Amino acid sequence: MKLKKGIPVIDQGDRLGFWGGKFGGNFVPETLKKPIEDLEIQFNKLKNDKNFIKERDKYFKNWIGTPTRFIKLNNLTKHVGGAQIWSKVVSDANGGAHKIYNATVHCLLAKRSGKKVIIGDTGAGYAGKMLSMAAKKFGLKCKIFMGAKDIKRQQPNVKAMKKNGADVIPVYSGSQTLVDAVSECMRYWVANCDTTAMCVGSTVGPAIFVRICGWSTSQISRELKVQLINEFGEVPKKIKLYNCVGGGSSSFGFWNEFMDYDKKQVEFIGVEAGGPAKSKRHAAPLTYGSKIGILHGAAQYVNQDSDGQIEETESISAGLDYPGISPLHCFLKDTKRARYTAASDEEALKAYQIVTKYENLRPSLEPSHAFSVAIKEAKKLSKNTIVVINSCGDAYKDRGILEKKLGKKYVKSN
Amino acid sequence: MLNPISLAFKKAKNEKRPALLTYTVAGDSSKKQSLEILKSISNYADILEVGVPHNTPVADGGQIQTSAYRAIKNGIKMNDIFKIVNDFKKSKNPKPVIFMGYYNMIFQYGENNFLKRCKKSGVNGLIVVDLPWPENKIFSKKCKKNSINFIQLLSPTTSNKRLKSITKDSHDMIYYISMLSTTGGKLKVSPKKILANYNKIKKISPKKNCVIGFGITEKTISNFKNTDGLVVGSQICKEITRSLNNRQNPVINVSKIVSNLRKKIS
Repeated sequence: MKLKKGIPVIDQGDRLGFWGGKFGGNFVPETLKKPIEDLEIQFNKLKNDKNFIKERDKYFKNWIGTPTRFIKLNNLTKHVGGAQIWSKVVSDANGGAHKIYNATVHCLLAKRSGKKVIIGDTGAGYAGKMLSMAAKKFGLKCKIFMGAKDIKRQQPNVKAMKKNGADVIPVYSGSQTLVDAVSECMRYWVANCDTTAMCVGSTVGPAIFVRICGWSTSQISRELKVQLINEFGEVPKKIKLYNCVGGGSSSFGFWNEFMDYDKKQVEFIGVEAGGPAKSKRHAAPLTYGSKIGILHGAAQYVNQDSDGQIEETESISAGLDYPGISPLHCFLKDTKRARYTAASDEEALKAYQIVTKYENLRPSLEPSHAFSVAIKEAKKLSKNTIVVINSCGDAYKDRGILEKKLGKKYVKSN
Repeated sequence: MLNPISLAFKKAKNEKRPALLTYTVAGDSSKKQSLEILKSISNYADILEVGVPHNTPVADGGQIQTSAYRAIKNGIKMNDIFKIVNDFKKSKNPKPVIFMGYYNMIFQYGENNFLKRCKKSGVNGLIVVDLPWPENKIFSKKCKKNSINFIQLLSPTTSNKRLKSITKDSHDMIYYISMLSTTGGKLKVSPKKILANYNKIKKISPKKNCVIGFGITEKTISNFKNTDGLVVGSQICKEITRSLNNRQNPVINVSKIVSNLRKKIS
């Protein structure tokens, strides 16, 4: 299995949508073949259309507010005492997380195809919140499918969705988390694909959704590359990009522009959710060697039993609480371009405490996983090494959990 | 010699009625009870679809999901499902069996192993909901080699061009999904429109047995008497749930429904 140079990774799939011949694809009911093919034709045309790119960039700039900041974490660097620690503050984006890029692009596509309704899944609630924002902006009706358990633990985002006029549909099947929300959303699309557009909230699902999402979030690394050159005059000789990985949309977007660099120069480190330290359950299929299976239309490494039933996951972070992982990351793992590891719930909380103690930055529980590993590794690295963590979400949505786990003082200033 | 599925269609045709296909989930609500249900509805149905429960189904509505989750919760495993079919096939009045499920279960078992076990247990056909054409080309050939019918699905969104290619690659039986819906949806399209699409398929592929499924219940079934076959699933699963909730015997209640369905198309 080999990564090709000079071709965007999202376009490296084969005729049937498989990366490396085995990840991704289109394992979908016959009914969805046509709408998926329509979307493929539309996207393949528009992604090379100058006017469409112009339109996208206009909304990215004026509405999402690109570029997001790239800042040095001086106090944290001093405290850790190793590599220089920087952060790309993607949570600056309108709405507070990277999910806005994919949501905006899907709404632009839906508008052009004349669809009036857009549906989407959500775990932490960010994908749903952003889709509801974008839908409102572009005059589309919006329905968000969300696990009943997640609705309970991510109330601030639920409120935001409702405020934006979206229907939030609770999903009670299975584990009542993201995996079930995605299934229910796909089922709704099966029944309504003639009038309704679907947005999959991460780089997962049938191949076209993986590609659209990866294409959208790549905005993050496009900005970062410019910012690095502004700051250092070049892409530094030794730089490490840390990102949490649930479905894998923010990490893919954070890395994409640097894909062709040697990994000795630009290393990618994906941090999965290890779950509670004492639990055997996790949401880290790449770290803990899960087998390849089919989930939500795509072949990927996925937590499952020997029969092929998808296993329940456990993580403090709703945004990472997904048993599978993007086919793109399976591909990056098997081609050894990226390295994957996991942080436990406790480690993520600890990292959140450290970061908020030393810096004026409040990463949500998802990027706190990445901070945990980055802090640990930065200690052992020379000060010429540049460590960058994608702070892809804001902790405002986690205030309930943080208050419960750490006490009031950690949420006050939110 | 005709394979058992084609033979079942032929028998129904001789009686001038569509074949009746039922769908129940293996292991719902227990291994023993699902076997009893198969044995009892076998008296009225021509072909039995046996659902292989999966916990992330992307095309099933509420009723079938409930049945599937119940079966999984009660511990059903792939090997138990093969055993249920095996036992059913040894019973007094067995009928052809079609497995209906999702590809991951086959993928984890290994395609070749899975087909070997199917053959050994007496499974006659396979419907794999999320393995569409052309992705299913290689696997459907493997099925054919093992004398197992791979049943292609067609839907209202299937283009004419696709329709021709799919029917060309299909075996003796094809399955037309009546409307844009998950299983168990209310019939939201007129029977006339469904039959028009059905006739279009029959015109392209007159020799293949084409069944209609999704939205077929005791209420709607008599609209489709002039077809090769009809599938009823969600109504049966719903009846199992209702019986369990009312502490009644699902075996008796379900076979009453199936007997009634048969009467309505005879």
